[in-house]
Amino acid sequence: MEYAISTRELTRRFGDFTAVDSLTMDIIPGEICGFLGPNGAGKSTAIRMLCGILAPSSGMATVLGYDLLRETEKIKPKIAYMSQKFSLYDDLSVIQNLDFYAGIYSISARHRRKRMQEMLELAQLTGREKDLVANLSSGYKQRLALAAAIIADPELVFLDEPTSGVSPTSRRQFFEIIKTLAEKGTTVIVTTHFMDEAERCDRIAFINQGKLMALDAPDQLKQQFIAGCMVELTPPDPINYLDQLSSLPYVKETSLHGSQIHVLLAHEEYMSQLARDCGHTPEPIEPSLEDVFIHIARLRKEGGVS
Amino acid sequence: MDRILAVLKKEFLQIRRDRMTLGIVLMIPLIQLLLFGYAIQTEVKHIPTTVFDQSLSAQSRDMLEAFTASGYFDVTMTADSYDVVTHNIDSGQAKVGIIFPPDFAHNLKRGTSAQVQVIVDASDSLLANQAIATANSIGLIKSQQILVQKMPSRQLPYDIRVRPWYNPDGITAYFMVPAILGIVVTMTMVILTSVAIVRERERGTLEQLLVTPIKPLELMIGKILPYIAMGYIQITVALLVGVLVFHVPIRGSLLQLYLLTLFFITASLGLGLMISNIAKNQMQAFQMSFFVMLPSILLSGFMFPRAAMPRFIYYLSDIIPLTYYLDIIRGIILKGIGFEYLIGQVTALLVFSIFFLVISTLKFKKKIV
Repeated sequence: MEYAISTRELTRRFGDFTAVDSLTMDIIPGEICGFLGPNGAGKSTAIRMLCGILAPSSGMATVLGYDLLRETEKIKPKIAYMSQKFSLYDDLSVIQNLDFYAGIYSISARHRRKRMQEMLELAQLTGREKDLVANLSSGYKQRLALAAAIIADPELVFLDEPTSGVSPTSRRQFFEIIKTLAEKGTTVIVTTHFMDEAERCDRIAFINQGKLMALDAPDQLKQQFIAGCMVELTPPDPINYLDQLSSLPYVKETSLHGSQIHVLLAHEEYMSQLARDCGHTPEPIEPSLEDVFIHIARLRKEGGVS
Repeated sequence: MDRILAVLKKEFLQIRRDRMTLGIVLMIPLIQLLLFGYAIQTEVKHIPTTVFDQSLSAQSRDMLEAFTASGYFDVTMTADSYDVVTHNIDSGQAKVGIIFPPDFAHNLKRGTSAQVQVIVDASDSLLANQAIATANSIGLIKSQQILVQKMPSRQLPYDIRVRPWYNPDGITAYFMVPAILGIVVTMTMVILTSVAIVRERERGTLEQLLVTPIKPLELMIGKILPYIAMGYIQITVALLVGVLVFHVPIRGSLLQLYLLTLFFITASLGLGLMISNIAKNQMQAFQMSFFVMLPSILLSGFMFPRAAMPRFIYYLSDIIPLTYYLDIIRGIILKGIGFEYLIGQVTALLVFSIFFLVISTLKFKKKIV
């Protein structure tokens, strides 16, 4: 199988700091792969390297079958990149921005009008062609930036925190667009902080301190990392309750989620015992990606993941 | 080709939207020419002069008459002592003091040298040089008149006839207006393009461009072309002001002037683009532009004749595009010469253009760090 992206030991250092550390991963064509990880984990650096605008310090990669180091310019017509900065020209109108990128990607005059119309619809800006970009709200800017980036119908789309700073409604709309793209066969790499968005990805790449910690489908990740039974407690004073819970022999892990405590039990039969020991009734819950995330981050601190 | 066209169109749209820049492009040649065209006068006339005449004779009045008739000295105040002369010059009310000694007429009649003391405020060197040269030649002419009367043949042994070609009346504006035009064009072109790349870098749009298939040279050409049009608009405005306001004669071919100006515009734009590729932000770009503009103004021969420069500085001025353009524009406008005399200068500008464009293209990596 030909992977959309295939990296081997891809590394980028900035001085003494290793932003991306021996990244080895394969991305399946047509999937939505979410890059998840804390700020500064190396997600953006990895994406910039894969776009060919940042040179790797070592390692190698192929993108759409081309060598990332030697065939960078062959990759560029087939990929799109959108950063959180929404790189549009504020002093140009909606249509002028689209027209500019249509020209940059050498879209023929015959297809150009149709394609621009499609992109206007995608950005939900039909009828507002002549509006200055500076006057658009951030949700529109975000969709227009995506439209401009994908105007040449790329095979692979990189989205670097595309949904930061926009309203929840716009975020949902935006993810719908991403879904549609993937259904048509486009491979999408997207970085995000939002767990609800991550849940909707086909696969998640957990990245922490420059290292790939896990790469799998959300459900697989939960099964793989959350062995046991996850329950939720709502005690009156959750913070002071944590240590007490952790000391119980059958409790594998605890974490605080607002006023709730998530407790990972070795087995579900300990539920009644937990109820007796702490005087509250635990509610069994589906583990979330956040639980996985916390678990993996802890493994890392305690000496790494196999 | 599509990509160059796309960049070109985008730049035009952005310039059109940017009223400030448009205003600068049009107003700078207008204002600079009117300001400097009138202000810069290398010929200093009507110098305020104070006179202390202790002779009070027909002879001293005759000599003073020669000074004032030259047009260079205006007697604005008389003095009755050395102290008053000193005060007048110290205070700046007078720049020149003329002092006739009491025995002036007596010496003249006796046939010995009659002295006139001329004090010049040399804190302003241009004014001082003019005053000194004029005072000396007035002395020589008056002496000649007396000598000729005494000579048997009544003929001077030498007769030097000077013919000031190209600008017989010595009108400063003829000389300055073409040069100011050159300065204005290079200044605006360098400053406008110096921010062309760095502005996109600051706004984050450059990162987006790097991911597209655009080639560095395509981006550079697309960025430069619209400003060539700007340059021609400026030249046209400046020439109109020169001809209509300062009555500068255009003796050579206007067509050749426009054609050869292209090389100067591209050299200036290339320089600006190179700055834009080196600068990290717009502030740095502005500072670098000014750093290169000052030597252009001082060393190109705009202010001071290159012939007077020390050897090292003279060669340094060889690497300033404006130096060559001043030859071209003064040559075509004032001397009426054509391309055949300007091949060297045009070649130099062409070399500059290519050099700057190549450096810009090489310096522009399609990487962010």
